[in-house]
Parts: sequence; structure tokens; C-alpha cells
Amino acid sequence: MKKKAIGHAGWLWTGLASIVAFIYFFPVLFIILTAFRSRMDTLATPPKWIFTPTFENFYHIFFRAMANSTEYVSTGFHVYFFNSIYISGMSVLLALLIGTLAAYGFSRHPLRGNDTYLFIILTTRMLPPIIVIVPIFLIFRITGLAGTYTGIILMYTAFNLPFSIWMMKSFFDELNTEIEDASRMDGASERSVFFGICIPQVKAGLAATSVFALILTWNEFLFSLLLTNKLTRTMPPAMARTIGGEINVDYGLLAAMICLFIIPIFLITYLLQNQLLRGVTFGTIKK
Amino acid sequence: MNNKSSGFLSWFMDPKRRGPMLIAPAIIVLLLVNIIPLMWSFGLSFFKYRANTLKLPKFSWFYSYEKVLTKDNIWESLQTTAIIVAGSVGLQMILGFLLALLFASQFPLRKILLMFVLAPMMLSNVAVAIYFKLFYEPEFGLLSQFVQTYITGEMYVLLSTPAGALIGVIVADAWQWTPFVMLLVLAGLVSVPKHLYEAAEIDRMSWWRKFTTITFPYVRSLLLLAVLFRTIETVKIFDLVFILTNGGPGTATETIGVLVYRTAFQFFRTSNSAAMGYILLFAVIVLTSLYLYVIKQRESEEI
Repeated sequence: MKKKAIGHAGWLWTGLASIVAFIYFFPVLFIILTAFRSRMDTLATPPKWIFTPTFENFYHIFFRAMANSTEYVSTGFHVYFFNSIYISGMSVLLALLIGTLAAYGFSRHPLRGNDTYLFIILTTRMLPPIIVIVPIFLIFRITGLAGTYTGIILMYTAFNLPFSIWMMKSFFDELNTEIEDASRMDGASERSVFFGICIPQVKAGLAATSVFALILTWNEFLFSLLLTNKLTRTMPPAMARTIGGEINVDYGLLAAMICLFIIPIFLITYLLQNQLLRGVTFGTIKK
Repeated sequence: MNNKSSGFLSWFMDPKRRGPMLIAPAIIVLLLVNIIPLMWSFGLSFFKYRANTLKLPKFSWFYSYEKVLTKDNIWESLQTTAIIVAGSVGLQMILGFLLALLFASQFPLRKILLMFVLAPMMLSNVAVAIYFKLFYEPEFGLLSQFVQTYITGEMYVLLSTPAGALIGVIVADAWQWTPFVMLLVLAGLVSVPKHLYEAAEIDRMSWWRKFTTITFPYVRSLLLLAVLFRTIETVKIFDLVFILTNGGPGTATETIGVLVYRTAFQFFRTSNSAAMGYILLFAVIVLTSLYLYVIKQRESEEI
């Protein structure tokens, strides 16, 4: 191992970095605070920094007060929440299954024109979704897939597939093939080489890939906007619709919704710090 | 494979076909959901077709392309997209580099502070757009309140002027994606071998010379990759603009992505939108191949 030029700096540097991180993070902090303010506190000018925290905004995401009564009705957000989990979960699972096989194929049994295939696959991920969405919209309308779980899951599977392939290929490429060859010499079948030797070595890679794919799907807006209906809609378009009206926008409510998004993502960012670079570049840059 | 009895199975399991068989499911899904729709829309771009009528498509050669390219709005929106890309990617590069320099050394609590800076890029575009909408909001928004209290004493409406709306979009996008650039630059900074700096110390090199002769060469290729990657992503910008300004005021922030969306789903000029989409696709393919070329260069340099 070569010595790397990562110098050591003391607490002074920590202080400087904390200030910068605080300024950079301030927008998110403000949102989190807004989510815990009561409606009156949200509208105060100048902003109130000290207030009694309340969970009413979080409650209002799921239940809305009727216009002139104290009754509460469901806003239907629990459905969107469930849809987001179900749709991204299913599509990531499918994409990971198909993608890992393909990645193994590309890595261990290269075809003629392997790089061309990989280039085309990456291009399908890089291409603007707006181009594919026009014909997909027409096809879905004809086949009756529009607004169904099957349709949107199929769409997201294809959306996650290029990412899974590139990501998993980068993990497979890193493995030492000598172990595989040795066990083949000992008479192990291809299947047991794949399941018994390769997969256990890329467990961390599988976890990272699935988490990144989950975030990408969870955050996706355009496909869900155009291909789902009231029953299958996911969180992002549901959130965007909440601000559609411009007047009387309940900012505390919106902030609470964003909070629901932010908190899990923090945990994930922290846990995946070592794989982050690979994840955000679709596995094209390893270090 | 010892399964010689079944013809199909032995054909299927033949070691010669192992590669193709492994990638076949992936290719089928991509063909169905990406490649065929792409060809469909390529075909559509040569027809006259509107998705909200029952009229059958009519073959019309390059009519849609001609129509699209001779109208001003596509050039305008290309210009808008170019301004946003230049502004946002430029800002990301500068801020990302500075942040990376800050985090390139080891200090207490580094991992936790790094998490705070990295989090924005994992957020949903929708969440970022809604947040910045709140932030720029004239009455209660933080920006307006700041200007009101300390500078002019009046409400400040950023998104109502064309220049202000552009700046608003650029700042929001740059804020979200600066961590991405930082992450790439950081990877470059950390990979510089320590003995180079020690040698430079002996030679009493100035700070600037050390930077240009040692640090920068290690970061250069990653910086180029960051520019390309962010350019590809920003050219397609849609969610953020759609929610934050919806292309307005007027068409001041109507990027190419928003224009294609409007043409396809508000005006239902389906074939025109397909033609526009192909102009966008061409740009993205060129940029993607450039990106992969740089990656290949970099990998061969390292070996």
C-alpha cells in the first residue's frame, strides 16, 4: 500500500469544516425546523428560532381537517407511501436479479462487442427520459398498462437495470478470478461457482447497488407523473401536486413531507459513504 | 453439463452460449422498455401525428424536423439550457473543488460532517424544488425576509424576473449537485502519493507550484469526468424547473426538457416532440461517448 497524501489536521480544521458544513446544510436544517413548527409559528416574520415543537404537521400529512368541523379525513397519503415502497421495492428486486446475472455474464463471459453492448446499456440510462416517455405513454395507453402496478414496475425495472448492470459489473471485475478457476479445477459446476464463490464475495456490492437503486426509484418523478393514476401514484408526484395550487400552500405540511424523505436518506448516506462515489457515477468510477 | 437427454436444455446450457444466455433477460427488458419505444418515437418523428386525436399518422418525411428547427422556441430553449448548464456546472466545479480541499485531510468528526455535505445529492429533485420554492417565497421565504430586514425593507420576489428565475434554478441545482463534484475531486486528492509532497517539500516548491505540478494532474481526469457527467445530467434538467418555475416567467426558464414535455403533453404535438427529443438524444450520446472515452483513458493510465 502506497502512502497517500491525506494529511492530519486538528480540531481547528474541524471547527472550520463545521462552519462550512453548517452553512451548506442550513437549507435542510431550516426545513426540518419548519416541519416541527405549528402553523402560527411558520408564518411568523422574522422566523421564530425558538418554539415549542409539534408533530401536527406530520399528522396532517395523513389526515386533513374538514373545512368547518373538527372531523379528520384521510388525505390518501398512506396509499402513496405504500405505493412508493411497493413499486420501488419490486422493481429494484427484479432489476437486481436480472442485472446481476447480466453483469456476471459481461464480466466473466465477454461477448464479441462486449463494450458496445455496455455502451448502449449505459446510454439507455443517460438518455433523457422525456424521449422514451412519449412512445411509452402511447404503448401503455393501447395495452392498458397505464395506471397499473405492472406497468410502472416494468418501467422502473428497465430504469434500474442499466445502473444495476454497471454497478454489479464493477464489483465482479474487482474479484480475483484465481479462486474461481481453482474451484473449477476441483470440479465445481458453473452454478456453484456463481452462487458459492462469486455472490458471497459481492454481498456488500449487492447491498450498495440495491440501496442506490432504491433511492433513485424512490426519488423518480416524471415516469410516475405520467404513468400512474390516483391509486398507484408514488410520493414525488403526490408531493408536487400539493403545491400545485399556489395560494394557501401549507408550508409546514410540505416541510414535514420533505422530512419524511430526508431522514432515511441521511442514514443511508452515512452507511454507504465508502460506496458513494461508485454509486453516483453508476459504477463507472471505482476510486 | 451432463443433461444430454433434452435437446433444448443442452442447447440452452451449452457453455458456448453461457455469456449470451446470462445477458439475454436484461437485453429483452431493455429492448421492450427502452429500445423499441426509442425506435417508435424515431418513426413518429417522420409522421404527422397528434396523440389527442383519432386521425391516423401521416407520413411526412422531415416535416416535423423542419417545423421544429425553423421555429424560434427550440433555439430559445437551447440557449436557456446552455445558460443553466454553464452556470450550474461552473458553480458546482468551483464550490465542489473548494469543499474537497477542505475535506481532503483527516480531522476529528470528518465522517459525520462529510455526511451533512453529501446529503443534498441523495435528495429527490422534487424535495429540492419544493424546498427552494419555500426559500424564494416572497412573503415568508428566508431570502425575501433577509432582503426585507437587512437591505431594502421591501419584499423580494426572485422568481418574477427572467434573470432572477434563471439564477434561482441555477442556485438550486448547483446546491444539490456540488457534493457530487466534491466527491470526485476528493477521490483524486486522496490518491496523490505522499512521497511526491515530501519531495516537493525538500525542493522548497511554492504552494502554487505544488498545486499545479502535483495535485492538479491527479485531479484533472476526475474533474473532466465530473464536468461531462454533470453536463449530461443538467442538459436533461426537468423536475426542478417544472416544479420551481414551470418554465416561467413567460418562457424564461423553459429548458429543452420542459419544452419537449409541453409540446408532447400540453399541446399534443406528438411528432414534433419526438423530433425535438432526437435532437436532445444526439447531444447526450455524444457526451456519453466522450465520458466513456475519458474513463478508458484514465484506467489505462493507471495500469
